[in-house]
Amino acid sequence: MSDPERGPRDSGPEAAFAGARLHIVTGKGGTGKTTAAAALALSLASRGGRVLLVEVEGRQGVAALLGSAALPYEEREMLRAANGGSVHVLAADAEAALLEYLEMFYGIRRAGQALTRLGAVDFATTVAPGLRDVLLTGKATEAVRRRAGGRRHSSDGPGNAPFHYDSVVMDAPPTGRIGQFLNVNSEVAGLARVGPVRSHADRVMEVIRSERTRVHFVTLLEEMPAQETRDGINEISGLGLNLGAVLVNMVAPPLLGGADLAAAAAGELDTAELVRGLKAARLETASAEAPEALAADLAGQVRAHALRHLLQERVRGELEGLGPPLLELPLLEGGADRAALASLARRLSEQGVGR
Amino acid sequence: MTGTDPGTAPRPEVSEAGRLDADALVDDPGTRIIVCCGAGGVGKTTTAAALGVRAAERGRRTVVITVDPARRLAQSMGLEELDNTPRPVPLSGANGAAGGSGGAGGSLHAMMLDMKRTFDEVVREHADPERARQILANPFYQTLSTSFSGTQEYMAMERLGQLRQSGEWDLIVVDTPPSRSALDFLDAPERLGRFLDGKLIRFLSAPASTGAFRLLGAGFNVVGSVVGRIVGTQFLNDLRAFVSAFDTVFGGFQERAERTYRLLQAPGTAFVVVAVPDTDSMREASYFVERLAKDSMPLAGLVINRTHPLPTGPGARLGAAEALAAADSLATGDHPLAGAALRLHAERVRVHEREAGLRARLLSAHRSLRVVEVAARPEDVHDLAGLRGIGSALAGEDASGDP
Repeated sequence: MSDPERGPRDSGPEAAFAGARLHIVTGKGGTGKTTAAAALALSLASRGGRVLLVEVEGRQGVAALLGSAALPYEEREMLRAANGGSVHVLAADAEAALLEYLEMFYGIRRAGQALTRLGAVDFATTVAPGLRDVLLTGKATEAVRRRAGGRRHSSDGPGNAPFHYDSVVMDAPPTGRIGQFLNVNSEVAGLARVGPVRSHADRVMEVIRSERTRVHFVTLLEEMPAQETRDGINEISGLGLNLGAVLVNMVAPPLLGGADLAAAAAGELDTAELVRGLKAARLETASAEAPEALAADLAGQVRAHALRHLLQERVRGELEGLGPPLLELPLLEGGADRAALASLARRLSEQGVGR
Repeated sequence: MTGTDPGTAPRPEVSEAGRLDADALVDDPGTRIIVCCGAGGVGKTTTAAALGVRAAERGRRTVVITVDPARRLAQSMGLEELDNTPRPVPLSGANGAAGGSGGAGGSLHAMMLDMKRTFDEVVREHADPERARQILANPFYQTLSTSFSGTQEYMAMERLGQLRQSGEWDLIVVDTPPSRSALDFLDAPERLGRFLDGKLIRFLSAPASTGAFRLLGAGFNVVGSVVGRIVGTQFLNDLRAFVSAFDTVFGGFQERAERTYRLLQAPGTAFVVVAVPDTDSMREASYFVERLAKDSMPLAGLVINRTHPLPTGPGARLGAAEALAAADSLATGDHPLAGAALRLHAERVRVHEREAGLRARLLSAHRSLRVVEVAARPEDVHDLAGLRGIGSALAGEDASGDP
């Protein structure tokens, strides 16, 4: 995969995406992981082609984001990029994946249904969380390997046919669990030393370890999510997996210039100028009666804003030192919807997201 | 939907939303256990630690059990790291005394739940040494004690029961495990108990030629063999060995879970539901409040973290539209500072209104719910001073959050 022109590994955004077909998106809870994953999928589809977005936590987060009813266990086209590219969504579910797996490898659909009735599927996936994870990662890696014209479940189809999906994006578990989730081999080690689960896990791991797979982290410019990103990056590189980009979400530009920010943070805001400005502004009488008192209230808010902004800059500096390139997504006024998603996807494309 | 059963809701005479008074809660010697619960990422752990510091400095012998492995919390309490044993937290500075002791005979200890170690202790306590050795070495047990969903919640309750029994503390503050749903804390222990006691585990662990298999008929042999194919026959063998060794421990296990569950319903326990002002978190809090009422668990109130209150002066009366119009009325380039401050204020008012709407919606469903808000701070909590700041906000002393 190394390109002699640019050296073995360019750390720019293009290199973080070039050649990758499976994008695993993780992040601390509350950072907007699902929104970022959906925006990434749409951005990848904007070059044309077909992208699959896989959700694995059973939260129906993609359905909520797109304002649709709960999605079934089925690959369904949900978004269209301007130039004919499309994003398909799969709400993966370990139980359904297990039944599919049994049918695929053993042709035992009926026995599988008996297992469900007995609660055995629930049993197998709860007692062995590793099995659940293998089934979910297995679903995503199967979609990565699937070729056009191949039977959907019979491994890879004709070896030289084009891939069914150009890219697969996974809305993965949060950072605290991502290492365990992706380290499929060790997860099933205690479970199955030989046999079909073992070889399934080996096949999954082969894709996850390869250059085709990148792990992206979603964070905010806040201390705890940034700390979790740092820990997650160390864990993922320790496992020998490939890092992609850090997606910095909900970035809002400061409302003040640099000098005012610094003064406000230091508690030295020019309140006299603030009072003059408030007097010059057309305020209704009730608020204009005491411009000094109003200025004191506003100065408190300005100071909090300035302190928060300086903290964000410090966090950004720390994130820049981690290695992977930073891509920014703006704070959305009024939450995420389809239109907002399209604008987030454009922002990602502008920053170098591609295939 | 109401969830406000007059028999269990606290002080039904309060019809308007009352304020949750953290000081009254921690000062009441009848309060023996405070359980902080809520969905992940709402600041549960910080709330628990701040309540612990507050209680200790107001004279309670307090221990905080956390499940958050982040070292940040340990460090904010001046400890290098936390483990399964309660460690004294040096409370010094603003409120005086040194070396783990707070004001007026109070003290603070902190510990982090180690679920495997706690589980191991339960096994050792309930099984004879030989059986205990077999169980602890069993690979199935190792999966169960480290990664079964529900084990952490069960063990948190177990550890709570142990601390309560030791009598060393007069107030225990519990931070519940992070989970997608706050309800997991109440449901998971039962799930684990049901699982360990369940028919299926017995069925799967029965030797193929006897017992369950024979009784259920040959058709079910297929099931056993399919499960074997999925999880591996070695795994089934481990499971069989585990169940036969664990059998003696079972009775005690279920009984303990039930005892701790009853402890949570006792009058000395107070649940504090923690949320942040967004739609999902407030909905989650609402479910939890309903569930506590249904299970007759005593609810102290709701903490809403990271709110954006309005300033206390004339700024409180300046609306978003007016502030924006005023900012626009300034000629371009004139008074940029005032323009920015007015826009910032307009944004703050909009956020505040959205939050107030969420709060009102929650309170219309739970009229007797007591609430306290903790304003968003520019920086995370790093030290005891930060925890004290949160503590005084919980006690209603500082509502602004602005520095």
